[in-house]
Amino acid sequence: MAEKILMKGNEAIGEAAICAGCRYYFGYPITPQSELIAYMAKKLLKMKDASFVQAESELAAINMVYGAASTGVRVMTSSSSPGISLMQEGISYIACSEVPCVVVNMMRGGPGLGDIQPAQGDYFQATKGGGHGDYHLIVLAPSSVQELVDLTMDAFDLADKYRNPAMILGDGLLGQMMEAVEFKERPKVDLPSKESWTLVGCKGRKPHWIVPFNLNPSVLEKMNLVINEKYKKLKEHEVRYESINIENADLIIVAYGTVARIVKTVIQKAKKEGINIGLIRPITLFPFPEKIISKTAERIKKFLVVEMSLGQMIEDVKLAVNGKAEVNFYGRCGGIIPTPIEILKELNKYL
Amino acid sequence: MKKVFGRPESLTETPFTYCPGCHHGIAHRLVAEVLDEFGVRENTIGVCPVGCSVFAYLFFNCDMICAAHGRAPAIATGIKRSKPDSIVFTYQGDGDLASIGTAEIVHAANRGENITVIFINNAIYGMTGGQMAPTTLVGQVTQTSPYGRDPKTMGYPIKMAEMLSTLKSATYISRVALNKPSNIIKAKKSIKKAFQIQLEGKGFSMVEILSTCPTNWGLSPIEASKWLEENMIPYYPLGEFRTPEEVA
Amino acid sequence: MAKIIIDQERCKGCELCIPACPKHIIIMSENFNKKGYYPAEQINPEECTGCAFCALTCPDVAIEVYK
Repeated sequence: MAEKILMKGNEAIGEAAICAGCRYYFGYPITPQSELIAYMAKKLLKMKDASFVQAESELAAINMVYGAASTGVRVMTSSSSPGISLMQEGISYIACSEVPCVVVNMMRGGPGLGDIQPAQGDYFQATKGGGHGDYHLIVLAPSSVQELVDLTMDAFDLADKYRNPAMILGDGLLGQMMEAVEFKERPKVDLPSKESWTLVGCKGRKPHWIVPFNLNPSVLEKMNLVINEKYKKLKEHEVRYESINIENADLIIVAYGTVARIVKTVIQKAKKEGINIGLIRPITLFPFPEKIISKTAERIKKFLVVEMSLGQMIEDVKLAVNGKAEVNFYGRCGGIIPTPIEILKELNKYL
Repeated sequence: MKKVFGRPESLTETPFTYCPGCHHGIAHRLVAEVLDEFGVRENTIGVCPVGCSVFAYLFFNCDMICAAHGRAPAIATGIKRSKPDSIVFTYQGDGDLASIGTAEIVHAANRGENITVIFINNAIYGMTGGQMAPTTLVGQVTQTSPYGRDPKTMGYPIKMAEMLSTLKSATYISRVALNKPSNIIKAKKSIKKAFQIQLEGKGFSMVEILSTCPTNWGLSPIEASKWLEENMIPYYPLGEFRTPEEVA
Repeated sequence: MAKIIIDQERCKGCELCIPACPKHIIIMSENFNKKGYYPAEQINPEECTGCAFCALTCPDVAIEVYK
């Protein structure tokens, strides 16, 4: 199993999902994630006890996910920015109902129909809820094809563990590129039983209800508070990040996903010029790695946030830094990927 | 003496929250009786809509989920696909099924999903207080058609049963009414047939049920039943529009 | 021999059972129930045939029929 194979990002997610036990996929075609829906069709339509449906819309797709998730199976959908916007209603219901599922967003340029090039303009939507009401998704931000695989598998476990929808937040570049990947054997994780809430017929027990509403405000507030407890636990136990050279850097760059890959090149280039740059790469965007950023800001007084947006994650960085250091921003948007030279030029302004 | 008519086991003891004379209660009972008669209550998963029957989960004595407005057929698709041996039904009103959820119902029917759809057509939005539905009759006065539905700008009432009958994959489509005992008996037969089709794995079934909304029609329940007979049935003919024999 | 039992507390006084009864032996009570509705009640029970039309039309499943 542990041999390396060359795979396109989007297909690697599909294979990872299947390895994680996902046998149900509902989706609607959209660039730049179409290879994923095609992969799931090719695989699941030939499998037993599995189902693939090309839905009539993203609205329908996410609600098919909602239905399947309610029976306790592992289920996934995928889309790209405009399609994810359409799914927000369903995602809000799923979060309220506390049913686990995995949603993949391979972001493209926005707003509106935007374009089909890579972007990170959906950070707010992904990490702040996205739909109506007080809720969060578990948001994982891979930075390589291998990480697409590993984090997709983790996403299913995390979703089941917290009974919360989990999102893989990638972009068109990660989805389209090919890298060597390994589908590693994973240690068995203990996950809570789903028996107490799934809809499988009420034989021998009272009927189960999955009801994403309550007209009594004090009951609805309690429902919200129960869900909020999970977010506290997530913040406590599930934060993940990668840090490079953060001990004695002149400046810390905070970047995720595709941008973080580019920043790694920037660090090498800067080193040759005698500039010492560090990187904090959030792997979980929710829960956000605020502690490490806060701690680092006590020592290092210059931060640069680089995003493929006009500045979204920077708000979370600023909250974590809390005035202890200077936080600057560099971003490109509309599907433009910043080059290492651009970033290097930018960071020189602050040194 | 033996009890020959009572509360079906597939209904809970919870009293309905519907207005006096509203036909939802009759439709609930008929569905519940059919589940009882097939002995499938413990293997059934129901999907309730947004609208007056959003509380249907309190009344059906089986596993239930509440859908977003119009999305019940998509949720039912997800449930049935992942649990093909269960009996899955949606219960939807006319705003839910014939307005906001048209895409979902058309495509669930077109995929031939092996589910049963109970569609309550009472020609008005009930829960929000009596606005025009896609099924509101021409000239009918509602909150949002205060001068009567004008087909020039508001279109004609949608005939969902006829529309869905054009789809090759829809196995069973019928329209029934609940305005008098003879029609209620026929409605029950049709609902039973719809579930029978699902049990046999024959595909998509839908029963459109003409019902009253006395409160928002501004009529007494008895007058409302009469209004249904005189106004709705002539426009929405009763009968079977698609049966398994035609599908072959 | 037949009889009906109307659950006075479930009844919302919609009156749909009145025209449904072929024997015209259901009327509205003069006393209201806990919810404030005037429920249906049967008169001349010996005339009841147990046809169940009243129960069929009852939207609140408030009528039981015995035969």
